This record gives sequence, structure tokens and C-alpha cells, in this order.
Amino acid sequence: MRSPKSPVLTIDGLIKDVGPLPTLDGKMLRVVSDVSLIAGRGEVTALLGANGAGKTTTIECAQGLQKRTGGTITLLGADPGTAGADLRARVGVMLQDGGLPPSARPIPLLRHIAGMYRNPRPLDELVQRLGIDSFSRTNVRRLSGGQKQRLALAAALIGNPEVLFLDEPSAGLDPQSRQLVFELIAELRDGGMGIILTTHLMDDAQRLADYVYIIDGGRNVAEGTVAQLLQHNMPETPHRDHVRTLHFEALPGLDFTGVLPAEIEIRETRSGSYTATGALTPEDLAALTAWWAHHSIMPGSLSMEARSLEDVFLDISGREIR
Amino acid sequence: MTTATGAAPAPLLRRILLQGKYEAATMLRNGEQLILAVVLPLLALIGLTVTPLLDGIGDSRINVAVPGILALCAMSTAFTGQGIATGFDRRYGVLRFLSTTPLGRAGLIAGKILAVLAVLVIQVVIVAAVAFPLGWQPNPLGLLPGLCLLVLGAAAFTALGLLVAGTVRPEATLAITNLLWILLGAVGGIVVPMQRLPELAQNTVHLLPSGALGEGLRDAFLQGVVNGNAVLVLLMWTVLAGAAAIRWFKWN
Repeated sequence: MRSPKSPVLTIDGLIKDVGPLPTLDGKMLRVVSDVSLIAGRGEVTALLGANGAGKTTTIECAQGLQKRTGGTITLLGADPGTAGADLRARVGVMLQDGGLPPSARPIPLLRHIAGMYRNPRPLDELVQRLGIDSFSRTNVRRLSGGQKQRLALAAALIGNPEVLFLDEPSAGLDPQSRQLVFELIAELRDGGMGIILTTHLMDDAQRLADYVYIIDGGRNVAEGTVAQLLQHNMPETPHRDHVRTLHFEALPGLDFTGVLPAEIEIRETRSGSYTATGALTPEDLAALTAWWAHHSIMPGSLSMEARSLEDVFLDISGREIR
Repeated sequence: MTTATGAAPAPLLRRILLQGKYEAATMLRNGEQLILAVVLPLLALIGLTVTPLLDGIGDSRINVAVPGILALCAMSTAFTGQGIATGFDRRYGVLRFLSTTPLGRAGLIAGKILAVLAVLVIQVVIVAAVAFPLGWQPNPLGLLPGLCLLVLGAAAFTALGLLVAGTVRPEATLAITNLLWILLGAVGGIVVPMQRLPELAQNTVHLLPSGALGEGLRDAFLQGVVNGNAVLVLLMWTVLAGAAAIRWFKWN
């Protein structure tokens, strides 16, 4: 595990059982079996994983909303399971379902929550920044998904926290809101806030996160910066940052043995449809096209893209539907 | 935006008062809650004074009716109203979100109790304002014990309301608390005194929170005496339901 300059959250060997469940003959279900992570001040740390991987359970234990079964959690130097109002005042939480009363109006609600803090952030600044003034007279129940998310973010920020938890922050956001929210998150990070977010959207993690923990089946399966993860399981070569996925269509059943370096395998995924992933060099591309020219092969289609976090994720956690 | 270090909570008392004020205002703005808390008890009060239902029990219909109506008010606000509101707050994640703020779980519960008491004060004022012109003459000796018993009754019903709201779905909370409001109100010893109920019911009703509160308030406001059994029964319900709510309340 890495060691950031100034950790705000440390989770070590978290275990969480839920139940007893009638569907398991009254037995407990282990939803988190071994999750460890460190999140630093002035950084965005992402927990990435499929639905049901244990991300939300993990951060709810860190927020003190759920009692952990085992392991240790230190949030701003305290144990969130037993800490009081002093710790809660320093931590902002945006829940996945928002947690805002449907009958409330945005401004009185934010003013009420601000009253719980000694030095809240100025309301006008947040309201303007998150565009809440445009729907300030509408009940929460009538707000769109994006408006609710922006209001929930404002509610999480009103106390001026040092640590911010965001559970699936871009759920329900339209592209404009998403841009707005992402810019604000980056700005808060640059201002020194420690931000921990969960997401199942690879794109969110790739755009926002300084450090990513991939969680699967209730345990850590990989971690690193986005750049490091994109090289995950790639052999040590000087071209590791050239990891590309190449697709082309040609005659079925071609034998490419020896055309590309041994570590880059060209697989025929469907009849006549080929894929190769690896640290490709310009020379590799030249060798492949020369081979095609030599055998008078003209591909029906040809495309190449940088490896995405999604590819890494699928490589790690498998491609089967679960 | 910059991040300040050293964010701090507002003082505990201020947090609880704020939450109490917010919840009370929410209750009073809700039309259905107002019908349950004010309109139906007043209709029942008028109904009991214009019909001969309570004749032969006390010196006047209104004197017998008012203590029961006050008990009904406590049940409306503390049990049915507060239970339904808490049940839906739980469904929408409001309880979870507020418990991550400096308010916390204990502050949230304290705020709810405060809101119940605030609404109860308003109900008592309204019922008194209607009852005095109709000739209500409470026994002066019973005023203080009666009001204390009313608060104890509200505590028992708040604990029961939280127990229901925290353990079943909000739709079920809605059904259970409304049904019990009607049943306990009519035949649970609240508005209809125990001696008017069938003999079989009389043996059990005084052990219910409704019967204890109704009979206790009638003893206080009619005769000016403290009904020790009623106090014990209400204390027992408060402690048992409170402990059960603490044990089984699910926040999400």
C-alpha cells in the first residue's frame, strides 16, 4: 500500500458481515472480506468496482453509518465507529440516495444543516456555484436527478469539511451538471480537501482520481494511479505507456505467429475478427502492415485505441456477467 | 474554493433545538398531520359534547370529554404523526444523512422528542381554547399532575412510534399507526372511559398505554388525583418500547 504525505483516512483489513439473512438459512453474509486503503489530504481517492462489490459498505463503515465486523479504520485520527460530533463536523457526506427530505425546499434545508456547524461555508457562494438558485423554490421531491445531486453535494459541503465522501457522485447528472460537479471536486482537491469517492463508472475514476482502488467481491484486487493501472499486467518494456488495443477484420483463420513480439498475442475473437492488446511500438505496426502487404491482405476494418481503465477492470475482474 | 481546517460543530443544545424547530415546522406544514393532530381531536371533542355518549359518568359531558381528547392529541402527534414521518425519513435516507452531520443519531432523536412536545403544547392550547367556552372546568388540583402525565404519555407513544417506524416499511408504519390510532382511540380507553367498554376489555385496557393515559388524565382533571397505576403502566411502556427501539431500530 502507498503512503500519502498526509493521510486523512486509513482502512486496514476491513471485514463486514450482514444478516442473519433468511435467504441463507439465517446465516451471516460477508459483504466485505478484506479491504485496505489510504486516502490523503489534497487528493481524490476512488473506490472503483461493480455494483455489489462492497464499495458503499466500505465507505459507510468509514462514515460511522455501519458497524464494522473486523479491521481498523482511522478517520482524521479518530475511530469513526465511536467518534462524536467533533469528527462529524470535519467530514462531509454525500449519500448515494441523497438523503434529503422530499418535502423540503433547498435553501431552508441548507440553512438548517448549516446551523449544525460553528463556522459554516457562506450559503450564497455554494448556492450560486452549484446553480441551486435556479430551483431554490422547488420542493426536493420535484427536483431532477441532477438537481438533487447538486443539492446533496451542497449539503455535504456546507460545514466546510476537511474530508468529503461522495458515493456515486455522477449518478443522474446531465453532462452540464457533471462538468460543473467535476470542476468543483478538482478545485476542492486543489484547495487541500481529502476526497474519497466510490464509482462504478471507469470514466469518472479516470477523469477525477489521483489514486484508484479496485474493489471486487469485497476485497482489494488492484490499486494505483490511473497511469499505473493502465499498465497493469503489462510486461516491463520501455514502451509500457504505449499500451494499445488493436482491432481489425480480415480473412478468418490467419496465423500471425512471429509477426509481433511474443508477449503481444493476436487473438481471433470471432471468425475473421482479430484483437491484440499490449505495448505496441511503431515498428510493431510497420511489421504487421508489411505482413499484410506481403500476403496481399487488405483488412476490412482497422482501429486502435489506448487501453482504458475499463479494459483493465475487465481483465482483472473477468468478463462474465455475474 | 478553499478548505479551512478546524471545522467545528455548533453546541449540542443549539443542534437539538434547531432540529426540534425544523421537525415541528415540518409537522405543522403537513396538511394530513394537521388533520390528525388538530382537526380530528376537535371534531371528537364536539361530537362527545353534543351526543349523550358520556352521560352519567362525570358532572358534565365536556369535563369527561376533554381529558380523553388530550390523550388522543398525544397519540396523534407522538405515535401516528411522528411514526409516519420517521418511517418515510428512513426510506428516503434522511435519517442516515442527518446522522452524518454534527447532529448525530442521539441529537436526531432528541430533536424529534422536542418537536413532539412543541406540537403537543400547541394542541393543548387549542383544545383548551375550544373547551373553556364550552364550559370545561378541570379540577385545579389535577392540572399539574395531568400535564405531567400527558408528557409521560407522549414519551411512551414516541417510543412506540419510533419502534414501529424503525422496524417495518413506511407503508406498513402508515397502516399500523393509523389503524391503532382508530382502535385505541375508540376502544383502547382514550376517549371512551373504561366503564363504558365491554367487561372483557376492561381487564386489559388499563394495561395499554392508551387506557393508562386516558384513565390517568380523567382521574387528574376530574377528581384531582394521581393514578399511580397509570403512571407505572406508562413508565413501563416507555422503558420497554424505548429499549426495543434502541435494540431493533434500523437506520437504513
